[in-house]
Amino acid sequence: MTQKASKKEKTPRQPMPEQAPEVRRRNFEEVPLGYTAETAVKEAQRCLQCKKPACVTGCPVQVDIPGFVGQIAQGHFENAIQTIWGKNSLPAICGRVCPQEIQCEGECILGKKDQPLAIGNLERFVADRAREEVACEFPAKAAPTGKKVAIVGSGPSGLTVAGDLLLKGHDVTLLEAFHKPGGVLVYGIPEFRLPKEIVACEVAGLEKLGLRIECNNVVGRTVSLDELFEDGYDAVYIGVGAGLPKFLNIPGENLIGIYSANEYLTRANLMKAYRFPEYDTPLAKGKNVAVLGAGNVAMDSARTAMRLGAEKVRIVYRRSRDEMPARAAEIHHAEEEGIEFYLLTSPTAFIGDENGRVVQMKCLQMELGEPDESGRRRPVAVEGSEFLLDCDLAVVAVGADANPLLTRSDSEIALNKWGYIIADPKTGKTTKKGVWAGGDIVTGQATVILAMGAGRDAANSIHDYLTIGW
Amino acid sequence: MFKIVKRETMADDTVVLNEIEAPRIAAKASPGQFVILKANETGERIPLTISDLDPERGTITVIYMVVGKSTALFQTLAVGDGYQDVIGPLGKPTDIEKLGKVVCVGGGTGVAVLFPITRGFKDAGNEVISIIGARNKDLLLLEDKMEAVSDQLHVCTDDGSYGHKGFVTEVLKDVLDNHKVDLVVAIGPVPMMKFVSRLTYEYNVKTLVSLNPIMIDGTGMCGGCRVSVGDKTKFACVDGPEFDGHKVDYDGLMQRLNAYTQEEKAAYEQYCKLHQT
Ligand SMILES: Cc1cc2nc3c(=O)[nH]c(=O)nc-3n(C[C@H](O)[C@H](O)[C@H](O)COP(=O)(O)OP(=O)(O)OC[C@H]3O[C@@H](n4cnc5c(N)ncnc54)[C@H](O)[C@@H]3O)c2cc1C
Ligand SMILES: Cc1cc2nc3c(=O)[nH]c(=O)nc-3n(C[C@H](O)[C@H](O)[C@H](O)COP(=O)(O)OP(=O)(O)OC[C@H]3O[C@@H](n4cnc5c(N)ncnc54)[C@H](O)[C@@H]3O)c2cc1C
Ligand code: SF4
Ligand code: SF4
Ligand code: FES
Ligand SMILES: [Mg+2]
Repeated sequence: MTQKASKKEKTPRQPMPEQAPEVRRRNFEEVPLGYTAETAVKEAQRCLQCKKPACVTGCPVQVDIPGFVGQIAQGHFENAIQTIWGKNSLPAICGRVCPQEIQCEGECILGKKDQPLAIGNLERFVADRAREEVACEFPAKAAPTGKKVAIVGSGPSGLTVAGDLLLKGHDVTLLEAFHKPGGVLVYGIPEFRLPKEIVACEVAGLEKLGLRIECNNVVGRTVSLDELFEDGYDAVYIGVGAGLPKFLNIPGENLIGIYSANEYLTRANLMKAYRFPEYDTPLAKGKNVAVLGAGNVAMDSARTAMRLGAEKVRIVYRRSRDEMPARAAEIHHAEEEGIEFYLLTSPTAFIGDENGRVVQMKCLQMELGEPDESGRRRPVAVEGSEFLLDCDLAVVAVGADANPLLTRSDSEIALNKWGYIIADPKTGKTTKKGVWAGGDIVTGQATVILAMGAGRDAANSIHDYLTIGW
Repeated sequence: MFKIVKRETMADDTVVLNEIEAPRIAAKASPGQFVILKANETGERIPLTISDLDPERGTITVIYMVVGKSTALFQTLAVGDGYQDVIGPLGKPTDIEKLGKVVCVGGGTGVAVLFPITRGFKDAGNEVISIIGARNKDLLLLEDKMEAVSDQLHVCTDDGSYGHKGFVTEVLKDVLDNHKVDLVVAIGPVPMMKFVSRLTYEYNVKTLVSLNPIMIDGTGMCGGCRVSVGDKTKFACVDGPEFDGHKVDYDGLMQRLNAYTQEEKAAYEQYCKLHQT
């Protein structure tokens, strides 16, 4: 082994500076503070510049990781951002929210013996720098093609399609049901994890490229897909997300104080209820909060409740710690902020007071039995283990289903048995001519980067269609 | 911005009509549907029924009662001002068909919601008997408009200052005793719809009610507007807002409408204080 390599391995993974848990648990400012240029270079120098980089195979959009990391190591930050943009148009977002530990960093060779390279932190560093310090220079746009494309839904998937097609010279309009663009990035993921200013900046960048955005347009109600074609659009991309809350269907679930995570987070984030009454939308403040589920959505809900002044916040989850689907960083942050985990606990009913407000939750203790279809050990109830938990606010964060508003408004779009759109996995083509789909409305709730990847594939296919044919 | 092109106060000053430029919604809406309006950047999303529309002028009309902070803010908007956001048309349109004899019952601002539906049933060739009520004569809405689209119009006031003294249910009972009615449509305060439904259940007459739970998105993504209908949970913004009146859990609906009474009261008081001087 060369001396150089052994020296590299000795530098530890550079920690990300963060707001202290006691402070941040009561404010909505971002938790990780970002690398300085110095730490970024130091971290980047840990990379072994593998000939066959495993990290890239772990990234759903194959960002050239050794490429951009090498450029950081040499202090060429502007080149680094250009390298990332080659594959990923929203790096400031992905650097913050990708589940790196099961994607790029999960495959990094350094992780075999030691800590993997902090790829997400580095991606965030160059993207933030490009946004804050360097005037973003967008790649040049191709000559106008005269073709019009409508994109339905402004989440990461729709934004990716928009960016790609604008660069290819098409005329692109984004239709969004809410009054603000960004999808889950604005209504779901909280400010302390993804500052809304970053999303706004990405959207503004696309507008500079010529994107037209029509908010308040609920496709399926305000206009139909067929009317879009009548209005002269040549192709339509559907990226409407999952967007139908799942409930537990247990007694008492309609009591006051029980929210779907979608409602709780939409009130808090999109409507800024955490600044009530400066903002007009109210949100119940719980003392004893129970959040049901253990994914990212659950962590976001729990940490939001803590920031709104709760005394106790509990994550209540049927399975064990190993099965919790949230990003490792979110679970870690939640624990640091004092959120308690009631694992192997299954709620069976909510109990209300005389005004119909929730006051308690009935739960059963579970234990792990045989593996189920998903390969995870199935939780089974322990007999006679019923107990009561005080809770004056509960957030149900057990996943989402397909929202039927748009999909059921057009009979030519074929759906699978769960109501998700059937789309070609390579191209995103649906069963209706001229219509593509991707992101959560095809896969079910997944990740930002997968929604973007689907958008990229569809954009290529739409471009072929507009220039060659269906 | 969605510009206000006409503004009227109705009844006493607490009921306001706004005609708003919203061409796409005007081209698309049907009776029974609603819009969500947001006045400004910090505003809430407030659902209001489309009370009338003019596809040619590209406008919709809403009629609202000032009951709290957001509607008080709406009240300050003059002709030429506008709403930052108007979203719609939302909800399922009323299932309007020729049935024979239809009785339309409205109370309070519910009459504004009832009007386009009544006109729809009339235009579809039904015989329409309408019963509208209010607390007193000054608060009675749209009497002329309702008269124009009804074969018979009955008016009630709680205090007897105009028309029949008493509740709409009393007149309805009379109508049910004397006519073979095919459908009752009842829109108004929740207790009114509850009592109308109780009565029509006895007469075995199908009844439609329009529910107004607290909403945010209006597209079925939050579940905040959920109501129990025949022991099933429904999202009023997409599955409704109209439901079979005989199956609705009205008490549950009333409870959920009180979810934020404390916060709403505080917000309204603060707003009034700020805007008094
Ligand atoms: C709280 C929360 C936290 C999450 N955390 C993470 C994370 O840390 N990391 C990660 O990778 N993923 C995370 N996810 C998942 C990720 O956000 C989604 O997989 C991703 O946003 C899907 O993107 P999309 O473009 O398909 O749809 P969405 O982001 O859901 O956007 C869809 C958009 O379409 C609009 N729309 C819907 N219907 C219509 C219509 N009829 N007409 C017009 N517009 C319509 C919606 O209003 C919305 O703006 C999280 C999700 C949530 C809810
Ligand atoms: C489908 C639908 C159609 C409606 N149509 C009309 C109409 O045509 N005319 C009319 O005067 N009113 C209508 N309403 C009721 C109207 O939305 C409320 O009066 C209004 O939201 C009150 O807001 P506020 O801030 O002024 O009062 P607040 O003091 O905040 O609230 C007063 C009461 O109104 C209800 N309310 C509060 N926020 C909401 C909300 N976001 N959504 C629904 N209800 C809420 C609650 O019960 C609350 O206690 C309709 C409601 C729905 C759901
Ligand atoms: S996009 Fe996500 S998975 Fe890919 S390199 Fe960046 S952080 Fe890793
Ligand atoms: S696998 Fe790790 S060490 Fe190798 S190139 Fe990728 S980031 Fe660098
Ligand atoms: S208002 Fe959100 S689902 Fe109906
Ligand atoms: Mg209000």
